[in-house]
Amino acid sequence: MSIDWTHFTFGQSLTGGMLIGLAAVMLILLNGQIAGISGIVSKLFNVRQGMWRWAFVMGLLLSPYLYRFFATLPAAQFELHWSVYLIAGFVVGLGSRLGSGCTSGHGVCGLSRLSKRSLVATVVFMGTGFATVYVARHLIGE
Amino acid sequence: MPFLTAALAGVIFGIGLLLSGMASPVKVLGFLDLTGHWDPSLAMVMAGAIAIGVVGFAFAKRQTHSLLKLPMELPRATAIDRRLIIGSALFGIGWGLAGVCPGPGLVSLAMGIPQAIIFVAAMLAGMQLSGFIQKRLRFK
Repeated sequence: MSIDWTHFTFGQSLTGGMLIGLAAVMLILLNGQIAGISGIVSKLFNVRQGMWRWAFVMGLLLSPYLYRFFATLPAAQFELHWSVYLIAGFVVGLGSRLGSGCTSGHGVCGLSRLSKRSLVATVVFMGTGFATVYVARHLIGE
Repeated sequence: MPFLTAALAGVIFGIGLLLSGMASPVKVLGFLDLTGHWDPSLAMVMAGAIAIGVVGFAFAKRQTHSLLKLPMELPRATAIDRRLIIGSALFGIGWGLAGVCPGPGLVSLAMGIPQAIIFVAAMLAGMQLSGFIQKRLRFK
């Protein structure tokens, strides 16, 4: 392992992370809800569930347009073949629902709640994430 | 009011993702490539988010209702079961394949990135399948 100092954005990532934490705290303290994106998205089309989810997603979708008022949008680099996003999206959707959460629900909110269940989930998905990139980049090679 | 605060939380969440660099899959993959040229940025994002989150959730745990008088819906599940492990393992594989998780997927979708549109559409299909699996197989 060597640290990629040229791409490491210490301050911006820490500040951005704090904003994500602030958003999660706002949602729990004001709405009494967990800012877990996969959970929110999966319940969007369930009419019996709260409509606040649509508002949250609308805000999320609006964010790049508001960001653009203040700063240049960072380049979103999607460099792989389109079929990778198709397969990855499907597995992410399936796994996040079976596991009841993703990076936001388990990683941010769960760890902040000091939940052992979310800690296990986060360790597992980080572990398979590391392993997948290792296999894709270093064993198979793209 | 709950709509306004939820929308505002969504906006702040998205701006956080963009500012942190996590809306770009290359940054996420740079973090997940532990044995390569490692970019620790994602660890900073988690550290920043949890530093704020720990304080807020510690307060939230002691309340029965939110500041808007809504019920405090904190997760009650504590079971560390097969479903949690298999689901999280699958999620990590998908995350590692593309470097995209649900939040950044949606933000990139809003930016009109074709690959993100494919990702989110497939993600919704995967979520549907998970609902089906859980109903049919009583997967526990």
